[in-house]
Amino acid sequence: MTAPVPVSLRVNGERVDARVLPRLNLADFLREHLHLTGTHVGCEHGVCGACTVRVNDEIVRACLMLAVQMDGRSVVTIEGLSDSGEVADLQAAFRDRNALQCGYCTPGMLIAAQDLLRQHPEPSRQRIREHLSGNYCRCTGYHAIVDAVEATARSRRGRAA
Amino acid sequence: MKASAFAYARASSLDNALELLAAHGEKAKVLSGGQSLMPAMNLRLISPELIVDIGGLDELRGIAVGSGVLRIGALTRHVDLLKSPEIAAQAPLLAEAVAHVAHPAIRNRGTLGGSLAHADPASELSACMLALEATMVVHGGDGERRIAAADFFQGIFQTALSAEELLIAIELPTMRKNSAHFFYEFARRHGDYAIAGLAALAVIDAGGVMKNFRPVFFAVGDRPVLSRVVDRLLDVPVTPKLLSEVSAALGEELAPYDDQQATASMRRHLAKVLLARCVSTLLGRSDLGASGRAA
Repeated sequence: MTAPVPVSLRVNGERVDARVLPRLNLADFLREHLHLTGTHVGCEHGVCGACTVRVNDEIVRACLMLAVQMDGRSVVTIEGLSDSGEVADLQAAFRDRNALQCGYCTPGMLIAAQDLLRQHPEPSRQRIREHLSGNYCRCTGYHAIVDAVEATARSRRGRAA
Repeated sequence: MKASAFAYARASSLDNALELLAAHGEKAKVLSGGQSLMPAMNLRLISPELIVDIGGLDELRGIAVGSGVLRIGALTRHVDLLKSPEIAAQAPLLAEAVAHVAHPAIRNRGTLGGSLAHADPASELSACMLALEATMVVHGGDGERRIAAADFFQGIFQTALSAEELLIAIELPTMRKNSAHFFYEFARRHGDYAIAGLAALAVIDAGGVMKNFRPVFFAVGDRPVLSRVVDRLLDVPVTPKLLSEVSAALGEELAPYDDQQATASMRRHLAKVLLARCVSTLLGRSDLGASGRAA
């Protein structure tokens, strides 16, 4: 029964059919089978947040889900979010404020930040810190990241008004 | 690291899940939200031969309020608890505690049943179950078994569940009159494992006297610990002197452990700080040490 299992899912809107070993986690499936390498693998035990993706519209740790669990589900990665333009302003704010250096945490950071902004368009800095508390950045010291998220929230409110 | 190889079975029904567990026993592990199981497998702390995925069993999901009872399906996720008006109204202690469990991406997957069956001594939710006098509803080959929270947690990652049984729901009494709750934990970072924490439920009369008090400490022993020495605070006006004596007795009652986060004596100290904050907050008495100093 350790043989490959068929799964059918959507990834960034496109249907994917694959056969996967049960032990394969979602992050490795995205990176190695679909060559979507924007989903980064850091700690592989749910602590660092680098592998954050959306599954059925909610953020999850891709290292803590199995590819076989994805049958019938819809996955959106940083590639999907970038291509659709959904996070273009957030990405620009990260760039403008040097909210990244090595960039390893950035895809996960962007997905987690966008998740917050969709639920809370006017987050306090405390709320931003709480929502991103599961995403490690070893370069920036976080202040610039919080600044970028806060600035994006402000400019989106301005556009909506 | 990556998990070692295992076989995978998607349970098609509760009966099917129980059949799989009966057939494979200790060699199988139940996959619910996977937020504790997957890290343990990726770190190769455990290498089950078979994963029984119960994620598709929708009958194990959901929150229902009956007469005097709040029933929560085992597959109800942390995020569902956090957003539930029923939990906020009937078990506000649980609602407050869930916000301290990990991070949003984890809470979107982690389940109440999975957390309780995992029985991490630092678990906020296990402590709440004991404070709230929960009943665990368990199914196995012999039908249904109901286990009080006080009997369910038996040690580090150990519960009363056998390898052939499945936790299917949790039942809590609905909110009692004049009840109040307190929750606090010391952690290095929001969402990290607690160094020491306290989940407490109390019934306080109009005169500010405690009629019932269930403070459950977590991350200070091999399981959540309901303090008994605090019963001295019942039915009497609480003075700083009395609280100080009870606090000293609490230090004797607890048997905390050393690890890389804190020494046993630091945990004992933090438990006393938590007790003082809890009693002063519940009774609205700043003279009892709301500043956080251990009595």
